[in-house]
Amino acid sequence: MPATRPLPELVCPAGSLPALKAAVDNGADTVYLGLKNDTNARNFAGLNFDDRTAREGIHYAHQHGRKVLLAINTYAQGGDISRWHRAIDEGAALGVDAIILADIGLMKYARNRYPDLRLHMSVQSSATNYEAINLAQEMFDIRRAVLPRVLTLDQVKQVIDHTNVEIEVFGFGSLCVMVEGRCLLSSYATGESPNSHGVCSPAKFVRWEHGQQALGARLNGILIDEYQQGEPAGYPTLCKGRFEVEGDTYYALEEPTSLNVMSMLPQIIDIGVAAIKVEGRQRSPAYVAQVTRTLREALDAAGRESQRFAVKPAWTQALSKLAEGQQQTLGAYNRPWK
Amino acid sequence: MKTLQLTLGPVLFYWSRDDILRFYSEAADWPLETIYLGEAVCSRRQQLRGQDWISLGRELAQNGRQVVLSSQALIESESDLRRLRKLVENGELQLEANDLGAARLARQQGQPFVAGHHLNIYNADTLALMHSLGARRWIPPVEMDRDTLSAVLGQAAFNGVQIETELFAWGRLPLALSARCFTARHYNLSKDDCQFRCMEHPDGLRLNTREQQAFLTINGIQTMSDGCHSLLPHLADISAMGISALRISPQWQHTANVVSGYRQAIDAITAQQKPAVDLSPYSDSRLVDGYWRGTAGIAAIGETHHAHS
Repeated sequence: MPATRPLPELVCPAGSLPALKAAVDNGADTVYLGLKNDTNARNFAGLNFDDRTAREGIHYAHQHGRKVLLAINTYAQGGDISRWHRAIDEGAALGVDAIILADIGLMKYARNRYPDLRLHMSVQSSATNYEAINLAQEMFDIRRAVLPRVLTLDQVKQVIDHTNVEIEVFGFGSLCVMVEGRCLLSSYATGESPNSHGVCSPAKFVRWEHGQQALGARLNGILIDEYQQGEPAGYPTLCKGRFEVEGDTYYALEEPTSLNVMSMLPQIIDIGVAAIKVEGRQRSPAYVAQVTRTLREALDAAGRESQRFAVKPAWTQALSKLAEGQQQTLGAYNRPWK
Repeated sequence: MKTLQLTLGPVLFYWSRDDILRFYSEAADWPLETIYLGEAVCSRRQQLRGQDWISLGRELAQNGRQVVLSSQALIESESDLRRLRKLVENGELQLEANDLGAARLARQQGQPFVAGHHLNIYNADTLALMHSLGARRWIPPVEMDRDTLSAVLGQAAFNGVQIETELFAWGRLPLALSARCFTARHYNLSKDDCQFRCMEHPDGLRLNTREQQAFLTINGIQTMSDGCHSLLPHLADISAMGISALRISPQWQHTANVVSGYRQAIDAITAQQKPAVDLSPYSDSRLVDGYWRGTAGIAAIGETHHAHS
């Protein structure tokens, strides 16, 4: 084990200019953002960046010595893919520090057109092994790959040991239980999915039904969950609903829960992870500020204290308030979760 | 216009060794051109090992079938990669690459391959790129609608990319993959100690909404549709689009009837007749075709809007 590993970059979400500033002000090394269209996988109304706000955000981050990544992480659809090409052109013109791409056809476009532009392989590329990552490196010189949230820490290490590409892992945020880029549940129910439209369980298909006994949450008419009086109601994300299987009604796929790797930070640093990503471009600036501040403190402490590192109760408390369903998990990094 | 070919996709469920061997000894006589073999879903499902699949493939190939070995879609560990390398290096049978890593290995071997639907090819540029790596056939993402596919194929033809297209035409739709095993979760078991309970559910486990609407199918780490996707009503259009092949995804019962039904329908269309085939008795789920029509995949055949919307 090397004596001192560099600390992983803390990569934080910016769904808006105030969120970007909150991330920068609270210790993010890097922020990632998307444009206001379906080229980005968090295509929510009222969020994301146009040319003016992107310019201002990039200026703000660079002034503070931080980096900005542009996520163009849906798959370019059909015959006319000029929208995706324009997004890449725009990113290059804006001077972002890297573009995060899922579609290998778009990687080729970006590499040919902008030989000096740094490219990252998006989590939506579903690259779960080093052969897949090394293919993208050989062909398009990608510099970093973001791993889907399905590998154990040992498996992450195995990837790192067999590639020169920097590896970024998810550290905190809503837990996507399926392999990103390989989940079509949303389009099965609604016609729109992260790969095709940049959305999962889109809000325009959500309907709340106030019954006498219970509150029903429907997605395109399909009952995703029902809440009794007094029971907290979550957003009806398809995979986190309660369903019936062989007579049992339960969270058949996954409970509403958030990933939180704080307790594993020393190991994450030791195996040479290059960056830790926080999920949540759809979240408020206050959320981004709180999560960024907490993880900054924890990461710095883990860097200083190494194996003596212990998670402070105050951090856990701060994050648990922000976690989905107030529950947190180590997810796939931890074998028992599987 | 070339006649549509029929293919048999890999068995996506966990069947016993005997059941698999029996299934393929019957399938050897079915009227189809290509058989895909192998474990594409879960690394713990090893009733047949890599070498067994290769041997079975050789036997079927000797009987005049084109045989393709399907790679596991989710490759997480070094042992997954070892199994994948063994498939790629068999020296004889083609590979269906269901992961970019598989595409890389096939390319390194100079082996032409089939680009599986998990490779997420949604446009002509990406299709051309996959073709340049060695893909001779591709399967579009199952969510891709008719018009998008038509646009991709039109653009690919304009660019001079010649590649065969195979559509997922029948069966429960493979919708998602996870690290987590939902079958094991159902039985309160860990994935490492799953006791191979998948085998008790040869067509997967049905997941209903709390209103008893059949919705999804749990198949280990895979989540599938409950609805049985069927492109049967669209064969004339599909044939006119220049599609090469249709994939039948194996199910526990009646697969032979489904194959022969599709064969009859294709023959009718080739003879410029209207096919009169009803396959609904051969599925225990509703037949759906929403994806092809550009709407929610769950939309039943003939349904304009989703029943509940």
